[in-house]
Amino acid sequence: MAEQIGLGIEGLQDAAINAIATAPDLVTLDQVRVRYLGKSGELTALLKRLGTLPADERPAAGQQINQAKVAVQTAIDTRKGVLEEASLAARLAGERIDVTLPGRGRTAGGLHPVTRALRRIERLFGNAGFSVVEGPEVEDAYHNFEALNIPEHHPARAMHDTFYFDADLLLRTHTSPVQIRVMEEQAPPLKVIAPGRVYRCDSDLTHTPMFHQVEGLLVDEQVSFADLKGVLYDFLRDFFERDLELRFRPSYFPFTEPSAEVDIQCVICGGSGCRVCKQTGWLEVLGCGMVYPEVFRHVGIDPDRYLGYAFGMGVERLAMLRYGIDDIRLYFENDLRFLRQFT
Amino acid sequence: MRFSEAWLREWVNPPVDTRQLADQLSMAGLEVDSVEPAAPAFSGVRVGWVRAVAPHPDAEKLRVCRVDLDEGEPLQIICGAANVAEGMKVPVATVGACLPGDVKIKKAKLRGVESSGMICSAKELGLAESSDGILPLPGDAPVGEDLRVWMALDDQCIEVDLTPDRGDCLSVAGIAREVAVINRTPLRAPTIPPVEPSHDGGLDVHLMAPAACPRYVCRVIRNIDPSVATPLWMQERLRRGGIRTISPVVDVTNYVLLELGQPMHGFDLAKLDGEIRVRMAAPGERIALLNGDDLDLRQDTLVIADARKPVALAGIMGGAETAVGPETRDILLESAFFAPLAISGKARTYGLHTDSSHRFERGVDPRLQDRAVERATRLLLDVVGGEPGPVVEKVAGDELPERPALRLRQTRIAQVLGLELSADTIADILNRLGMDALPTEEGWLVTPPSARFDLLHEVDLIADIGRIYGYNRIPVSHGSSAFVTRSTPEAELDLDRVRLALVDRGFREVITYSFVSPEIQALVDPDRDVLRLSNPLSGDLSVMRTSLWPGLLQTARYNQARQQERVRIFESGLRFRLGPDGLQQGPGLGGLILGGADPEQWGQKVRMADFFDLKADVEALLALTGSPGCFRFVPGSHPALHPGQTARVQRDGNPVGVLGMLHPSLSKRLDLSGNAFLFELDIEPLRHGVLPRFAPISRFPSIRRDIAILVDEAVTFSAVADCIRSAETDLLREVVLFDLYAGENIESGRKSFALGLILQASSQTLTEEVIEDSVGRILSRLASQLGARLRD
Repeated sequence: MAEQIGLGIEGLQDAAINAIATAPDLVTLDQVRVRYLGKSGELTALLKRLGTLPADERPAAGQQINQAKVAVQTAIDTRKGVLEEASLAARLAGERIDVTLPGRGRTAGGLHPVTRALRRIERLFGNAGFSVVEGPEVEDAYHNFEALNIPEHHPARAMHDTFYFDADLLLRTHTSPVQIRVMEEQAPPLKVIAPGRVYRCDSDLTHTPMFHQVEGLLVDEQVSFADLKGVLYDFLRDFFERDLELRFRPSYFPFTEPSAEVDIQCVICGGSGCRVCKQTGWLEVLGCGMVYPEVFRHVGIDPDRYLGYAFGMGVERLAMLRYGIDDIRLYFENDLRFLRQFT
Repeated sequence: MRFSEAWLREWVNPPVDTRQLADQLSMAGLEVDSVEPAAPAFSGVRVGWVRAVAPHPDAEKLRVCRVDLDEGEPLQIICGAANVAEGMKVPVATVGACLPGDVKIKKAKLRGVESSGMICSAKELGLAESSDGILPLPGDAPVGEDLRVWMALDDQCIEVDLTPDRGDCLSVAGIAREVAVINRTPLRAPTIPPVEPSHDGGLDVHLMAPAACPRYVCRVIRNIDPSVATPLWMQERLRRGGIRTISPVVDVTNYVLLELGQPMHGFDLAKLDGEIRVRMAAPGERIALLNGDDLDLRQDTLVIADARKPVALAGIMGGAETAVGPETRDILLESAFFAPLAISGKARTYGLHTDSSHRFERGVDPRLQDRAVERATRLLLDVVGGEPGPVVEKVAGDELPERPALRLRQTRIAQVLGLELSADTIADILNRLGMDALPTEEGWLVTPPSARFDLLHEVDLIADIGRIYGYNRIPVSHGSSAFVTRSTPEAELDLDRVRLALVDRGFREVITYSFVSPEIQALVDPDRDVLRLSNPLSGDLSVMRTSLWPGLLQTARYNQARQQERVRIFESGLRFRLGPDGLQQGPGLGGLILGGADPEQWGQKVRMADFFDLKADVEALLALTGSPGCFRFVPGSHPALHPGQTARVQRDGNPVGVLGMLHPSLSKRLDLSGNAFLFELDIEPLRHGVLPRFAPISRFPSIRRDIAILVDEAVTFSAVADCIRSAETDLLREVVLFDLYAGENIESGRKSFALGLILQASSQTLTEEVIEDSVGRILSRLASQLGARLRD
């Protein structure tokens, strides 16, 4: 009897292992498992028949059957691993895609280059402790001119090409009136920048009737032209992200004294002379100066106690130099093909 | 201000080349605009002497000239100019000469007669825009001499763009003063000895408006020869200074203007009636000006008049009637000081701008008039001869501008410039600038030169000291005062954040002009009054926008015309609205979408953007405030929008903005294809956000019940959602609309909403009973309030 079982076992084990090895897929493999190891599987049945053996034969036969079960189970596990791997490989192969196809959905838009430059300017001055203030664009002549020491009929007024609504109401020609409004409303110390649109009655290849300026104003008890130079050096170096030569050229603004125009070394040619800098190696980028005592008097700030500096820059020009834009009119045509370049 | 470098160097000649000189001027605040050669390049042109002129045998208009060049035989040259004459000195381009425009002179035959060169006009030499005949040279021109050398044409014309404060530099003398200061070089002003009068003829002068004209100097010169030509050297200096040659008397006054900065005028004495009155114009007076203008004079206008009539617009332009002409024998030379305030702006109100008004507006040295009249007399006598009378001078001494002595504190210089200068350095600079500086305990008491109208305050002196010392030598300081940065409330919404949200949703920012065309403005916002520019650049840019839509619509059209089919754009900026409280300049944010909802792409069909695409964008912006719940969209109307697709946006019941589809008729008027959707929001109501406030998260599961209800077509979704929320205030977490259906299987006039109700309690797991009860309450409220019933 024991011999029979033994023989039976070996036969079964061989048959099972053969079936496992040839099982083509996981489903078949599981069927093989059920057939041999399931509740009513053939090896399980042998185990049940163990009780019919004489007691002294049982341990050996039991051990034999268990060894066979382990062998079969091991074979199943191995085969399962192989089949799973193959199945995964097949799935992966089937799921191959062309990863070079474009992504779906929406793409981001972009800010206007002027806004882009403005944000950068605001951030750089923000880091230096300047806060942003705003003022009206339709201004009165007092804030745009008189308070800035530009009386009626002053030659400087003729240079402004002003848009008027009536004798008193106009479109601001610069952001400087915001200086006045801030000083009227707040007491020193003051440290502000005023970005915004300004308007001049002028339109040609290099002028648009509307453009943007950023005005800066600092008022405190100890402020000097040397401090003004410091803040502008830092700003221009950071804006263009390079060490730049600067030149402070004496100039005239009725609301500052001393006044200067600031030239930077041409960022296009590095100062050797090119079309953009008209062969001079220098580019005029902003105007600045120390607040004129008369201006302080207009707003009720004591000019003996306080000093201040102010500066103003054209954003379009800075952005042109920064991004290599060669025609100011492009800014306001708003051609999407132009705007897309500033994503 | 344009001048000849060679002329300047007669006054002051520092050891610097042209380029260095130009840099010096720019860095001293006299910005050099251009440096141009006085004459274009040419070679081989010499002074010739016309010894004989004979007619050309075969050409009526040509002459055969024999021209002496002081070497060998005179040359035979054919000349077509009418003014060529025997004995004349002329410029001769010899064979081999090269003229401007790359003209090479060769031996040639003209109608069979040989010509060995060319007699040149000023135009051919690049010395004039146009010429009438050849350029006659003065009789003393040395025959055979190279013309460039003899005329000193290797000179530069320097153009300085002067700021309005530096009227003192509107002359060679003024520029020379600055150059001398910068270089510490001596100034060599020409000596101007007084000219002795040869008779005692003069005119009475009455200063009837002494504040406007406190000094009037004049002189009679009799028996001039008006037929004489202005000498070439003077013509050349005028030309290099950008002034045309007109007639000897005018040229001399212009020369003095350019040289000393004193505008002058010459009257025909015979046409003046009796005396000179410097007065304000009387009512109803008129004057015909030299330039042909006929003016009705306003009473705020200063005039020069004789006993009878105005004869000049003081400081601006002379009258035609009394102008010096070819018949004039006796002249009256005027050299006056007019106060800047009397002249400022006047020329412009009459549409005039002259070299004279330009200078008087900025300030002419009030001590210059005598020197100028003597200088002009000398030059006139040299050119046109004549007999000078005595200088007549009327002065209202009290009214002459005084340069007040200014207190200059040494400490203040250091404070303003951020630079410690020694007393010696400061005194030296003041001295070089021609200031009268009296040392005091704190610094100096400084009287500026009479020509410097710009030095009114201590700080003006400080600026000038800084200027001469060199702005670029002032140190760079980073020692700014300590500032406390002002913080902004955390809940405040930054416009920048809003813009970036739009950018992230695929919008491109545009910036359009704040003035728009009245037509498109009226289409978009017909019911509002607009602010009109009184001097617009063009009709298309003449009214201030009250909405951002005109600019957005024009931009959409511009891009659609350039094959850009999908447009998503926005702009932020002020709108200018006239209301009962006057003009409101409020910031707004507007956007426009047109074309596909998404960019064209594979794997999904093109779907045109519609109202709800735009609404999602707007909702995303509103959500940035942190309290999207306080905003509502209510059906509304707008003249530019489709009446059935317009929503007003409200925040707590107050208007915030509007969105909707562009009205099809407007779309057609604007030539837009496809449906455009627009929004516009006021920025201010968006600024106030709320701080996040934590609420405990329920540990118990939420459950979802889906219901489909039928309601009348007119019932809005927000009415349904409000009704549901009011029926279940405790457990309802969210209402999800997952389908909207009308059509087949639904009676007409009704529609079906499929809704997911998400319920959750904070303290227990919901039981089936509680859920049934809640949904039941919701359904019965929907039925009673909106007539809704469950869809089968």
